[in-house]
Amino acid sequence: MANPPIPVITVNNVIKQFGRFAALRGVTAEFDAGKFHAILGENGAGKTTLLRALAGLAQPTRGEISIFGKTPQQACREIGYMAHPSLLYDEMSGVENLRYFGRLYGIVGDARCEEAIRSVGLDPTLTRAVGQYSQGMRQRMSLARAILHDPRVLLLDEPFSNVDVHSARAMVGLLKGMRDAGKTVFVITHQARLLEGAADEFVWMQSGEIVDRTSSLNREDVQ
Amino acid sequence: MNSVWAVTVATLVKDIRLEWRSKDALNSMLFFSLLVVVIFSFSFDPTAEESREIAGGLVWVAFLFSAVVALNQTWARELRNQVLDAYRVSPAPANSLFLAKAVGNFFLVSLLEAVMAPLFIVFYNLRSLGPSWELIPVALLGTWALVVNGTFFAAISLRTRSREIMLPLLLFPISIPAVQSMVEATRIILAGDGTARFWIILLLTYDVVFTTASLALFQTVLHAE
Amino acid sequence: MKRLFPILSVITAALLAYALYEALVVAPTERTMGDVQRIFYYHVPSAWTAFLLFLVNLVASVTYLVRRNPKADALAVVCAEVGVVFCTIVLVTGPIWARPVWGIWWTWDVRLTTTLVLWLIYVSYLVLRRFSDSAQTPVLAAVLAIFGALDVPLVYFSIWFFRTQHPQPVIGGGGSLDPRMAHVLLINWLAFSCFAFLVCWSRYRLELMQREIEEAHAMESLAGTGVAAKASMPLGRSSR
Repeated sequence: MANPPIPVITVNNVIKQFGRFAALRGVTAEFDAGKFHAILGENGAGKTTLLRALAGLAQPTRGEISIFGKTPQQACREIGYMAHPSLLYDEMSGVENLRYFGRLYGIVGDARCEEAIRSVGLDPTLTRAVGQYSQGMRQRMSLARAILHDPRVLLLDEPFSNVDVHSARAMVGLLKGMRDAGKTVFVITHQARLLEGAADEFVWMQSGEIVDRTSSLNREDVQ
Repeated sequence: MNSVWAVTVATLVKDIRLEWRSKDALNSMLFFSLLVVVIFSFSFDPTAEESREIAGGLVWVAFLFSAVVALNQTWARELRNQVLDAYRVSPAPANSLFLAKAVGNFFLVSLLEAVMAPLFIVFYNLRSLGPSWELIPVALLGTWALVVNGTFFAAISLRTRSREIMLPLLLFPISIPAVQSMVEATRIILAGDGTARFWIILLLTYDVVFTTASLALFQTVLHAE
Repeated sequence: MKRLFPILSVITAALLAYALYEALVVAPTERTMGDVQRIFYYHVPSAWTAFLLFLVNLVASVTYLVRRNPKADALAVVCAEVGVVFCTIVLVTGPIWARPVWGIWWTWDVRLTTTLVLWLIYVSYLVLRRFSDSAQTPVLAAVLAIFGALDVPLVYFSIWFFRTQHPQPVIGGGGSLDPRMAHVLLINWLAFSCFAFLVCWSRYRLELMQREIEEAHAMESLAGTGVAAKASMPLGRSSR
């Protein structure tokens, strides 16, 4: 590649409309690479839709998204996505799941799968089916799936919901480490406190727009 | 570098493994197929002469209904836990997913047919007056015709309300030439009434046209949101 | 643009009246079938109009997939709806004609059966549009239209061959047409086409308006600060 990748993620006047409802009403923003961005807001604020648009799962009705100069679908190798549903097959074990998803990225062999599972604090030799995991274990395995291919951008939608505090803190620590290693992390959560001290900025959304961006959890209420 | 085939095979193997681990869906499909044959046998009770004339129609309509049940099931697995998102977000080619699902469905529907066909032969005392080996290309091409469009429309139905009814609603009109070909070819072969060559060629054409169309358009359907 | 519509409506109404007169009074009575045959002047032009509309739907669908222009999608749905109406007319007038003349309600001849399958495909198209999420509907429907178009020649051939093996009466018969009848047929087709065009045009405008309203509704800021208003531009606003 002749040009070095642009170290920025841009969202340019993105509108996402579902019939009479607009989940995103013209979001424009620029996000620096290598930073930890927490996305906060009430239900229905458009956080999930924005994340899905960044992941390339939802096509904007209008507007563009650029991830390091490419469209989300072109940049798919550099994106790791995780949501509240586990995105795993309940009937297979953790390793079997990761082995399959690794194949989708061209990863052959178990070494990287086991490494990813260990990095989230789980045991790769566990043969139990994922459907029988506790919620905390399932979320962590889902995170392992998201980071398996060593993506530069992590998009996590409510990774800590229904997860015990211990696991949640471990995950935050892991994400902080990834940010320190140069990855860009986006996390949607309702538990903003967990990210205090870890996140570089807090992005506040309301009614399909970004209304504020702060570096700490203190902000005045925007009308 | 992940080739289309590597991902297709990996997905197919994964699907077979998953189906094997939870045999519930397979068992209920087999039983449903058996029921269809029995109900048809009660509804149409012809003599041996007539049976050869209508067997083609009966058998293929029965296969069609069983196939629809199977087709609805195989995509349902990708909706649990939104696993399909994990595939969509990856660089894996869309056509690998389609081929894996279509081939998997082909095996599954063939299995159902292998169960139903002997039952039909028994209940209707069927004996072929024409070259019965010709039934093999008819069965293979006909099953693929149902499965290729069925897999494609089942994927479209995923994005709709009333998913289960949407599949047959979309599939049946488009399948009419294929069903007619299958039924006529079977009737001709069983009754020894000339050659089924035209119908086999039409089936082959149908398969080629719609396999190409599905491969060309599946990516668009998969990423529509 | 706005003034053209009433002018065209008057012309179409006049054409339709004239065509009716031609069909019922001027056209010669068919020798064998009698006056019932006059339904031919509704059956055939409806079929041609329906096929033309479905063809436009196909072109609009392909255009949409390539360019993702929402207007192409609006045109597609309009043509599908009006096409289904004309197709229904064909399927209803067919049996009405066949029953007194040939003594049967229905015949699986090539043209009628192909029309039936087309009708089924486009009804399933409309059902798909109704049952899918509005964000994905245009893409899915366009794909279905393409599949339907690929299917039609196959349907035609399979029935044609079936008919050569199992011949049955053909509604409308074959053979040459009395030039006076051909003349009336063409006039009726012209009238029907104008009428179809008018209906499509109003429906198209209605569809665009509906989408504009939907978008305005969606973009309405709940917080009332009007932040969103400046960010969006309404769809389909033609220069007037």
